[in-house]
Amino acid sequence: MLKMIAGPMEQFQVHPVSWLPHFGFGGVDLSFTNASLWMFIAVFGVIAFLTIGMARAALVPGRMQSMAEMTYEFIANTVRNNAGEEGMKFFPLIFTLFMFVLFCNLFGLLPYSFTPTSHIIVTFALALMVFLTVIVVGFWRHGLRFFSLFVPGGVPGWLLPVIVPIEVISFLSRPISLSVRLFANMLAGHTMLKVFAGFVVSLGAAGGIMSAGAVLPLLGIVAVTALEFLVAALQAYVFAVLTSIYLNDAINLHEH
Amino acid sequence: MEAEAAKFIGAGLASLALLGAGIGIGNIFGNFLSGALRNPGAAASQNGNLLLGFALCEATGLFGLVLAFVILFT
Repeated sequence: MLKMIAGPMEQFQVHPVSWLPHFGFGGVDLSFTNASLWMFIAVFGVIAFLTIGMARAALVPGRMQSMAEMTYEFIANTVRNNAGEEGMKFFPLIFTLFMFVLFCNLFGLLPYSFTPTSHIIVTFALALMVFLTVIVVGFWRHGLRFFSLFVPGGVPGWLLPVIVPIEVISFLSRPISLSVRLFANMLAGHTMLKVFAGFVVSLGAAGGIMSAGAVLPLLGIVAVTALEFLVAALQAYVFAVLTSIYLNDAINLHEH
Repeated sequence: MEAEAAKFIGAGLASLALLGAGIGIGNIFGNFLSGALRNPGAAASQNGNLLLGFALCEATGLFGLVLAFVILFT
């Protein structure tokens, strides 16, 4: 499969998959795109990982079951520590978010694949969902007392006109920071990989002694790919942890 | 000045934000290490906070990097 020499940003292009017919409705292109394809692959990957892992559920777990159980336990402990026992009601949401983001990030490291979470619209949709969940849960449980979230305890009265706007702004910046953090990490990492790959190609094509030097960027790619595996898992974890913390704010306001 | 040249200069300036990211990440891990060497038993329990702090610090640096990419490629 020989492709044209592409720049580092071509991997982020969303285009309809070539092996399905394009279709649209009313001038809007609704074809199945590579973004949708890789999101499907991530979701089926999660389903396969968990169902095959738990297929032969034994009291003493084998390897696959161990992995599935450790993932569950890891997120369950995170949610329980950050949001308390009440927060476990939101465990399905947080676990789904974590697994989806993790598998999207990890599958994006395969050659010729596409990382859905490297698009701000995907991460912003997830972050907006978390933000709206926090607001709805907060108002459902506490009514108008939810606004006491913006008044930290022990603040002298004359400081309130300064503190409350700052708190409101930092609350409203949560969906932005949550989405841009994930998006920027994926974008930067994958762009760096492709830039190093470009170096390998240009050094290799330079001929003579330069071609031997092409192994250096190649080692760089290996190291950065290892780093990207760490970053993929870490960013999924951070998304889950921050969601738990924000839900804790909504459920428990300022109590601990 | 042409738009292309201004783009490159702008992208270069925007990536200066990563300076802060580097300092912050070094700070986090340095403090973790000095704390862990004093109290090795309690080090493992703070692993979660360590990674969370690292990711939050990296995020602010990457906000600057994203701006650099936006300037450079649009």
